Amino acid sequence: MMTLSIKTTLLSATILAGLTSAASAATYMRGNDGNPETLDQHKTSTVAEANILRDLYEGLVVYTPTAEIAPGVAEEWEVTDDGLTYTFKLRDDAAWSNGDPVTAGDFVYSLQRIMTPETGAKYANILYPIQNAEAINKGEMEPSELGVKALDDKTLEITLAQATPFFIELLTHQTGLPVHPASVDAHGADFVQPGNMVSNGAYSLTSNILNDKIVLTKNANFHDADNVAIEEVNYLPFEDRATCVRAWEAGEVHSCSDLPAEDIERLRGQHDTAVRVVPYLGTYYYALNHKDDTLADPEVRQALSMAIDREFLADEIFQGTMVPAESFVPPGIGNYAAGSPVTEYFDMSMLDREDKAAEILAAKGISPDSPVTIELMYNTSENHKNAATAIADMWSNLGVNVEFNVRDASAHYAHLRDKGDFDVARAGWIGDYSDPQNFLFMVESDNDGFNYANYDNAEYDGLMDQAAAETDLDKRAALLQQAEGLFMRDLPFIPLLYYSSRSLVSPDLQGWEDNIQNVHATRYLSLPQ
Amino acid sequence: MLSYALRRLLSAIPTLFIIVTASFFMMRLAPGGPFDQERTLEATVMANLNATFGLDKPLWQQYGIYLSNLFQGDMGPSFIYRDKRVHEILAEGLPISVQLGATALILALVLGALLGSIAALRQNTKTDFAVIAVATFGITVPNFVVAPVLSLVFAVILSWLPAQGWGQWNQMILPVIALALPQIAVVTRLIRGSMIEALRSDHVRTARAYGLPTHMVVGKHALRAAILPAISYLGPAAAALLTGSIVVEQVFNLPGIGRYFVIGALNRDYTLVMGTVVIVAVFVVVFNLIVDLLYAVLDPRVRYD
Repeated sequence: MMTLSIKTTLLSATILAGLTSAASAATYMRGNDGNPETLDQHKTSTVAEANILRDLYEGLVVYTPTAEIAPGVAEEWEVTDDGLTYTFKLRDDAAWSNGDPVTAGDFVYSLQRIMTPETGAKYANILYPIQNAEAINKGEMEPSELGVKALDDKTLEITLAQATPFFIELLTHQTGLPVHPASVDAHGADFVQPGNMVSNGAYSLTSNILNDKIVLTKNANFHDADNVAIEEVNYLPFEDRATCVRAWEAGEVHSCSDLPAEDIERLRGQHDTAVRVVPYLGTYYYALNHKDDTLADPEVRQALSMAIDREFLADEIFQGTMVPAESFVPPGIGNYAAGSPVTEYFDMSMLDREDKAAEILAAKGISPDSPVTIELMYNTSENHKNAATAIADMWSNLGVNVEFNVRDASAHYAHLRDKGDFDVARAGWIGDYSDPQNFLFMVESDNDGFNYANYDNAEYDGLMDQAAAETDLDKRAALLQQAEGLFMRDLPFIPLLYYSSRSLVSPDLQGWEDNIQNVHATRYLSLPQ
Repeated sequence: MLSYALRRLLSAIPTLFIIVTASFFMMRLAPGGPFDQERTLEATVMANLNATFGLDKPLWQQYGIYLSNLFQGDMGPSFIYRDKRVHEILAEGLPISVQLGATALILALVLGALLGSIAALRQNTKTDFAVIAVATFGITVPNFVVAPVLSLVFAVILSWLPAQGWGQWNQMILPVIALALPQIAVVTRLIRGSMIEALRSDHVRTARAYGLPTHMVVGKHALRAAILPAISYLGPAAAALLTGSIVVEQVFNLPGIGRYFVIGALNRDYTLVMGTVVIVAVFVVVFNLIVDLLYAVLDPRVRYD
């Protein structure tokens, strides 16, 4: 009897604490990956920023709760047959948080601002398909020469340099969000500060304290304000994912944007449906330097890929939070009706694959008796280390000895960027938009930034060029599939795993739909009592 | 004593200058820059960013600009947190770190002195062994174990206190305990040792011979001498405590400045690292001075003329 009453007291105390600490139910305590580096949509680059900016602003198009594209400020649009000119009709009731109407001129101003070199926009290049954009960003042309025109207050025309079938996808990125011109003119870079910021989304900015929290309040002037249920959002930055999990379990936050892999199994056991591990648009891979003597041989590269047990990496190293990869372009991506090509050896058993790999390498004179040594470079992280150790072990059976070279992230990527010497290097890629081009363009021979492998294949480049010019989406998908076939044959990168997004979502939070982009605008969510 | 303090403060200026110069150039020696991330930036974009932040200028010129800004109280723009300047970031976080650190420091001094004195007075009894055992435990168990365990027990399991965050008084309790525990342990051990010695000294024996009650002997005569080693330990410790701890800040999600040492260095946020270096250097200089002055107050044998 005694123990029972103590338990009930403790239980009610727990419930009470949960209720009070999560503030009133209309306030959504939202765990975010970390502190945003900026709230300026033209300087932004991170996912943490994208989440907040999506609540603050509305672009021409938006994502639905299931990450499909839907009209945003633009209620409809037309594309000319050559795929070069887009005409957007803006909705009449689109308004800024101070009551000003959102006009086509605001978008012209915004797109010119992101291309202006002095803005120092990290993601300016994502909008290079717009006519003259790259030249303006290089400082060779005036911002006024950008291919964006306001035909009238509610009609916006964007002209592209060449047909870009995924252009509408590009506009979902936070770089396509408009700024309020009068605020930028009045406050300069400080237009992002609370009190200065005027936004056109479902929420407006109330306060922003670095590494503490960012408070957004419902914007009464938003055109769909009637359907926005949550009055206030508090974005809490969690650099330590375990801290967010504890805060969630203590009832202090409603959702976490990432989880430590080692906690997943326990959380699944205790809070089954709250744990959301969902395929994500990203690939974890090893780049192979094609200029290296050993790795210059395509068959050696195939053997190395064959011998990697991806199931083991996904299940044991990443605790089921990653998916074994059999292609470079992750499944579920848009504009890829044809899908990734099938690579034969993924149908074979692991033992057969190891034998085949050993056979190929033996024919090249590589075996445990006459081993070769390659250097594997990765950036500091417990998971990267464990994965590299496991792969080194798998390769050592074939007569390939691995030496590790570990640096912190800045040094690692600077080394790759500066074309420093390496054999094998770990990297990962998260798509900016849902289109296979956003993955396959990385190893085009003229892609200085991302082609770590120094892959140089005219046939591949030709297919990518053809795809870029093709406006028929099915034909284009077929061309991209051929290109990915060459990719998997030549292996500039060995794809290892597809990323998953990992969230912890309170059962109190309604309207959260799992999706491949991992986008969850607060305007679609609610916290019923 | 005032002129001594002034002289010490003046001599700190060249010290700070050397620290700033050394850390400026050491930071730049590290491979990679603030814009090297998982995603390589387009060459044009990189050139624009370098121009925006003046990284395209020769290094000596950047150093000159940094110094001249610093003299005007401007620590430059942060390379990562682009909406704020470094002194704004530090001004937001420093009061929080100082509040946490000062509370932990006072707690450590008071509890440490109390426990240490008790152990010394009951030397080689069960009480003494218990205090020493707890203190040894406190020194050996690291912060990154204590902090999450505290949060797990008191926030998640018992729901007595918040697991994280800043702004309410009860959000301070767990982080202060996590910060203070190792310091309490160290101070306890230091006080115990010096107290045992002090209790055997001539002036304490004299005080006892005069028939003064124990609390007067210990509190007024022995403690004054016994606390000196703890004070000289706490000088540098205070500088570290008041400028925050990355572990405690991350575990309890606190907006202090401790994290900027590590995160700033990993991100190659040159100005942010420089800013924290300057703050810590100033704190260390000031606290060492305070310790020396306290010595003069507490120990009649020390005089500065």
